[in-house]
Amino acid sequence: MRQTRREFLKTITRGAIATALPIGAFKFLSPREARAAVASSNVRWGFLVDTYKCVGCGFCVKACKLENEVPYDAPVTRTWVERYVILKNGRMLADTPMGARDGFTDPKVQEQEVNPRDIAKAFFVPKLCNQCENPPCVQVCPVGATYQRADGVVLVDRSWCIGCGYCIMACPYGVRFFHPIYHTAEKCTFCIHRLVKGMNTACVDACPFGARKVGNLKDPNDPVTQVILNQRVAVLKPEYGTKPQAFYIGLDENVR
Amino acid sequence: MKSHVLRPLWVVLVVIGLILVARYFVVPPDFGIYERGFMYGFHRKSNEKEWEAFKVKYRTKTYCKDCHPDKYESNMSSKHHVIQCENCHGPAIDHPENPPKLTINRKRSLCIRCHAYLPYPTSQRAKIKGIDPKEHNPGMECVTCHNPHKPDMEGW
Ligand code: HEC
Ligand code: HEC
Ligand code: HEC
Ligand code: HEC
Repeated sequence: MRQTRREFLKTITRGAIATALPIGAFKFLSPREARAAVASSNVRWGFLVDTYKCVGCGFCVKACKLENEVPYDAPVTRTWVERYVILKNGRMLADTPMGARDGFTDPKVQEQEVNPRDIAKAFFVPKLCNQCENPPCVQVCPVGATYQRADGVVLVDRSWCIGCGYCIMACPYGVRFFHPIYHTAEKCTFCIHRLVKGMNTACVDACPFGARKVGNLKDPNDPVTQVILNQRVAVLKPEYGTKPQAFYIGLDENVR
Repeated sequence: MKSHVLRPLWVVLVVIGLILVARYFVVPPDFGIYERGFMYGFHRKSNEKEWEAFKVKYRTKTYCKDCHPDKYESNMSSKHHVIQCENCHGPAIDHPENPPKLTINRKRSLCIRCHAYLPYPTSQRAKIKGIDPKEHNPGMECVTCHNPHKPDMEGW
């Protein structure tokens, strides 16, 4: 079949319109929406954990649960503290009883007595949602119930979540769980209700030793941003490409 | 002209139409793609405001200062000045309206969160004076001998 260039272009254009039309019927972008989609916010919340300062008292976990109405005696929590004990023979012991809600008071780790002389290093690592720049948990949501705000915080719309649990499986850091009462996906909100009022998150306020800090990563003068820019910090599981926005000072290779 | 091809086509079109109508009523009007694009920003915008309206419960030390100045002063001049009152007394919420009183926890478990000795020389825990809860006056509340707000032992 012979075709002129004009006919070819016409067919292509018609084809493109024909495929675009059905999609267009589902979603029209208003000019306001389109502008919002490209406008960037001047706030990006990030977190800084100093593992050297943590003593494992667990007040952050207690405060988070009470502040955010996560059932206190259920074995789920939005933030938790892990204890790592690395022995001189290279063996690693780690635990987090009830997410460290009541702190670490027992020298036994994983029900085992540890001889103090065998310990090479021992430390505590607080964990919480990393509010990743590329959150895999959001990508997998089939209904648009979990999403990222302009300031980077990932939230769950409880009225829209169908409880399929895909996001819980997708998070490489295990920060998501089912809320025992609402039966919807639940996660750390960076206490967004406090941040928008100019306060710190509940866990940051509760920490007596300054092991936790929250800050605006888009403000170069923010103390948290200063530390991330000028000091040696690491993130958890960088190999997943999720770009976590919770940074750790003194992260050990044994921490996963 | 009646066509066995066209008839199912009409049925399909009507079904699609019904779905679009149903969708119009079921999907909230503010559901859309926002700042973070299709992949991360597809959501109901008003949900952000719902989360922002969540009740603040922990009010921090400055809230207690005016009504309990004695406790505040004594605590702030002590080695325990880093600890928030609400860590030991629970969230203030709207205290003293609701709840009218905060809990007073005299249990040993409260103090040994920090003071139970753990042999971890490489962590900050080692810098807090530790006791062995099984040896250090077992069975008695710590506050019978120590002041929780100002535990400093100068002059002992
Ligand atoms: C607006 C004033 C006010 C503020 C602010 C306030 N309190 Fe109180 N608090 C009271 C009053 C009034 C009582 C009741 C005293 C009573 O009945 O003996 C009380 C009782 C208490 C009690 C129980 C005392 C007892 O003897 O049982 C504790 C503990 C307490 N407050 C702690 C706090 C803490 C911690 C904060 C800060 C987070 C705080 N309060 C903030 C007014 C206040
Ligand atoms: C380390 C934990 C801890 C911290 C921090 C703490 N308290 Fe207490 N508080 C206690 C305990 C334990 C008691 C009970 C003391 C007793 O029975 O002798 C108590 C008692 C009280 C009482 C009532 C008893 C009384 O003597 O009138 C008030 C009011 C109170 N605290 C306020 C405060 C305020 C305000 C702050 C912050 C500045 C604060 N507390 C910080 C543990 C703490
Ligand atoms: C019968 C009174 C009594 C009780 C109850 C008591 N203590 Fe003590 N505590 C003392 C005395 C006296 C000292 C100072 C002498 C010493 O070091 O044993 C002391 C010392 C301490 C020290 C400082 C240790 C050091 O190395 O200097 C800490 C920390 C401490 N106690 C915490 C606690 C805690 C936590 C509890 C509750 C689990 C508690 N105490 C219960 C009487 C008591
Ligand atoms: C959040 C952790 C934490 C908790 C909970 C805590 N303390 Fe302390 N305590 C500290 C720190 C930090 C110091 C100061 C460092 C040091 O000297 O050990 C301290 C010091 C002390 C001292 C020694 C003071 C001195 O002059 O050397 C005593 C005694 C004490 N605390 C008793 C208590 C008692 C009793 C409780 C429970 C009501 C309690 N602590 C709860 C962190 C804590």
